Amino acid sequence: MTGQLRETTTLMRIQDWVVKYGFIGVTIILFVYFAVTEPAFATSSSLFSMLKFASVTAILGLGVTFTMVVGGLDLSIGATAGLAVQLAAMTMVFYNLTGPTAVVAVLLGGLVVGLLNALLIVVFRIPDLLATLGMMFVIQGAKLIPVDGQSVSSGMVLRDGSVAPGSFTQDFLKIDRGFIGPVPLPVVIMIALVALSWFVLSRTTWGRLMYAVGANPEAARLAGVRVGFYHGLAYVISALLASVGGLILVSRIGQGDVNAGSSSLLEAVAVALVGTSVLGMGKPNAWGTLLGALLVGIVLTGLTMKGLQYYHQDTAKGLVVIVALLFSFTLSRKKLRYTPAT
Amino acid sequence: MDPDPGDRHASTVQLTAGPLACELDGITMSFGTNEVLKGVTLGLAQGHVTALLGANGAGKSTLIKVLSGVYPEHGGEVRVAGHPVRMESPLAAARHGIQTVHQRIDENIVPGLTVAENLVFEEIVRGEVPRVRSLRRLLPRAREIAQTLGLDWPDSVLTRDVFELGIADSQMLLLARALVQRPKVLVLDEPTSTLSAGEVDRLFALVRRLRDDGVAVLYVTHRLSEVAALADDIVVLRDGAISAAQQRPFDMEQAIRSMLGESLATHHDLVEQRGDVTAVELRGVQLLKRSEPIDLDLRYGEVTGIVGLIGSGKSEMARGVFGADPLRAGTMTLDGKPYAPRHTSHAVGAGVYLVPEDRAAESMLPGWSLTWTSTLPFLRSVSTWGLLRRGRERSTGSAVLEDFGVVATGPSQPVDALSGGNQQKVVVGRWMHAGPRVLLLDEPFRGVDIGARGDISRRARAQASEGACVVVFSSDVEEIREIADRILVLVEGHIKLDAYTSEVGNDAIVTSMSEVA
Repeated sequence: MTGQLRETTTLMRIQDWVVKYGFIGVTIILFVYFAVTEPAFATSSSLFSMLKFASVTAILGLGVTFTMVVGGLDLSIGATAGLAVQLAAMTMVFYNLTGPTAVVAVLLGGLVVGLLNALLIVVFRIPDLLATLGMMFVIQGAKLIPVDGQSVSSGMVLRDGSVAPGSFTQDFLKIDRGFIGPVPLPVVIMIALVALSWFVLSRTTWGRLMYAVGANPEAARLAGVRVGFYHGLAYVISALLASVGGLILVSRIGQGDVNAGSSSLLEAVAVALVGTSVLGMGKPNAWGTLLGALLVGIVLTGLTMKGLQYYHQDTAKGLVVIVALLFSFTLSRKKLRYTPAT
Repeated sequence: MDPDPGDRHASTVQLTAGPLACELDGITMSFGTNEVLKGVTLGLAQGHVTALLGANGAGKSTLIKVLSGVYPEHGGEVRVAGHPVRMESPLAAARHGIQTVHQRIDENIVPGLTVAENLVFEEIVRGEVPRVRSLRRLLPRAREIAQTLGLDWPDSVLTRDVFELGIADSQMLLLARALVQRPKVLVLDEPTSTLSAGEVDRLFALVRRLRDDGVAVLYVTHRLSEVAALADDIVVLRDGAISAAQQRPFDMEQAIRSMLGESLATHHDLVEQRGDVTAVELRGVQLLKRSEPIDLDLRYGEVTGIVGLIGSGKSEMARGVFGADPLRAGTMTLDGKPYAPRHTSHAVGAGVYLVPEDRAAESMLPGWSLTWTSTLPFLRSVSTWGLLRRGRERSTGSAVLEDFGVVATGPSQPVDALSGGNQQKVVVGRWMHAGPRVLLLDEPFRGVDIGARGDISRRARAQASEGACVVVFSSDVEEIREIADRILVLVEGHIKLDAYTSEVGNDAIVTSMSEVA
């Protein structure tokens, strides 16, 4: 059991190299391929629109990253984004309130979801995956009740026969359509949140203690760490990030689509998992998650330009995810330090 | 020290003239470079109950696993009725007439199946039962198996999910399953740890009946009262080898001595320090489920050594003072003020630190560097407004590394890549670096080499002479004598002895440990 040193063969070294850089390599190769074969691909407007589309996935992926850091996994992330979509739409369309009010309502909604997840997991000790799975269904179902299962859009007829008084405000629509210099606002928000998440996770005591909880909760507890607090904190952060992702999404689609967000769960989990193995980090991290989101973005934009029909998108996404996970799990000799508590 | 009479048999382990059901000859077993069994030679006589004693880590469970076919890669030879046998699997061991009832019940019954199905499980595994099986066809056989133990379970019990049986009945079920194979050798691994007094009597009656039927029983236990009641022979395992063997009448003190180490040399180099200021005061503290409350003062300026075997309540005391587990009853004070840590963070805040017993499970964070491991409990002191100051962190890591002479490539090396002794130095060192008021060390020398053990011991004594209250918990008398100024003996939650090291002989310690509560 004690320190048996196995000789590192050339093959193993190649394998390690492939795991470390292979993923980035694939990303670059695909990028070059699309850039060469589709002249429109490498233009700045196309690149920015690609980044813009990756932003929601990346931000939700950050939420998943936080929960993976504490050794869990937030399965309610897509549903929380969907809730944000509807809350924003309802605030503006049903109640005729301002854009900033909608933003506040969405963030409060996220906070409540995060606290509920934390309550179920930390206080009631329901395993992370199961608690958030239950929460996912509750959110998806409960949000249909006040709108009778209808998508919220301006001018819709309400229950009492009257017409909804409000509509999406211009400032709210700017969240997705605005620019800072040449850069679309969602891309700025994404980069800012990635940088902030990286900073919190690797430069603050909060982040360090969250990693400690994920690495060995009992050892953390016996080092005097308030394990429950940091475990719950990750879920609150995750739900808040999901809400921000939902804000961008609803600003983009301009209506309270009841199905919005639900499909982003798998993508968010996948990009966070991919990020875990990027550059041989071996642990969930913010920049890795961003890279994962970019790869998915490149593939989808490139394939769309190649004339891929929209209904092929899910297949393409699924394949990208599986290939990426092959790098992370199958090829990696390092045991991936990701074990969700079930 | 005089040669001990009970030790005469240590090298000759043939205990009885009776025919041997099973012989172990020079059994060795290693895990990597860690040699757990170093040549165990032992004969189990027909119609005899042999008690196997040994402290934690002596190799008992490994020996049992060899005997039950779990580790076919062992060295040495196992002979059954004089013929060498190879046991590739537990099933092969069963074929050779060796049945084992393991300690962990939950690993051996199959929840979700009925009691009857669990009773005939061996037959199911071997495919002797039709694939499509109806309970009705299993019931007669299950009844028969239950009968071998005199278990009068009606069909309503047999058709119940096994999960609904209590622990004691599950234990009986496993025993019945073992006995129906008509074993020549029966290995019982701490069978009474979950049983009530009445159930223990039932079990003992059964074991005696088996013995009279000529079965060789290997009985593994920590409880000397059971040995006295049941065993015909005692065999003591220490450090992977047999250190003593006895026949009736037993010398229990001698058995304890062999378990804990023969060379209880007096350590003359220990300059005894006596403290007079009380750090932690325990009043009416109940350590175990069925133990009486105890009072105890732990003092600054001395190293208190608490000796106790498994189940003595020593880890309960350590964890209670640290706030890792709540005390069953009683109150504590620290520096004369009420002290009731509801969380480990309260204890750490008060300067009360614990190095827990199980290093891998309770101290190590996989992949974490020496620096990160060292600063984890004290992030506040290496950060400002929640921002980690990497320079301060690194210097803390380096300080722990250098203070303790940890052999590592640097402060950024992962701790789990270090040797056991160096891991422990980091875990102990991070607390010492912070200047503890009360430092609790639970089995600090487990899996630690002799050099590191000396270093840790010296540093702990230095902390005490600088005024800290250091408490060391161990099952090893030798270790405690090496480090402690004051020695306490804990037996089943009671303090049996409290004396300064220079005033108490080994005999007194061993005698108090072998007192049956």
